[in-house]
Amino acid sequence: MKADAVLDCIGLYCPMPIIETTDKIGEMKVGQVLEVLADDRGIMTDMPAWCESVGHEFLGGEEKDGEYRVYVRKRVVS
Amino acid sequence: MAEKEKVTIVVFSGELDKALASFNIANTAASMGMDVTMFFTFWGMNVIKKNRGRLKSKGLMRKMLNWMNRGGSQRLPLSKFHMFGLGTWMMKKLMGEVRMPSLEDSIALAKRLGVKFVACTTTIGTMGLAEDAFIPEVDSFAGAATFLGEARKGTVNLFI
Repeated sequence: MKADAVLDCIGLYCPMPIIETTDKIGEMKVGQVLEVLADDRGIMTDMPAWCESVGHEFLGGEEKDGEYRVYVRKRVVS
Repeated sequence: MAEKEKVTIVVFSGELDKALASFNIANTAASMGMDVTMFFTFWGMNVIKKNRGRLKSKGLMRKMLNWMNRGGSQRLPLSKFHMFGLGTWMMKKLMGEVRMPSLEDSIALAKRLGVKFVACTTTIGTMGLAEDAFIPEVDSFAGAATFLGEARKGTVNLFI
């Protein structure tokens, strides 16, 4: 998936990837896609929950060798 | 736009682990667009005491209490395995290794995310403390009715 920005959260535990995503997506434009890279497996459930709560679109995620990539499309100004 | 969902957290405990859990939830809720208020009361007041300076109070019993119960974010013990500070020192070290924010970082983050801090006036009165014993991040000093007024509108209300 083509992302407009990548946020590296490797080594960070809950809730820091979500907090950093909040900051990062705040700098982006509506419609753009953010890719978040993490190794805390909680991201796979936390990110869709955060997206639903805030109003962004969770585009899915994938795991490879203990690293997770999740994709979020910015839908609202936040 | 619909009114923001409200979260209230009563921070009753003055221990590092419980304070960190409170701030993790508060900061995540704030990052999810919720309106968060933290009410600090009783031992929880230790979380928001200034780390430096002497606590001023009148009367022998209050002086003794405030000497034994000095508080301040850097002095909080763990609720388990404090071991005269050794356990707490080790826990802080482990948390640093995995880049968990410290309690001081979490307090700063909470303010940046717009979390409101309310400190309990009853505790201040009982323990004989002055408002300047607390960090400037405290937004207001209030009582139970203020908490309940917020909590009845809250969708998530926690007591930690």
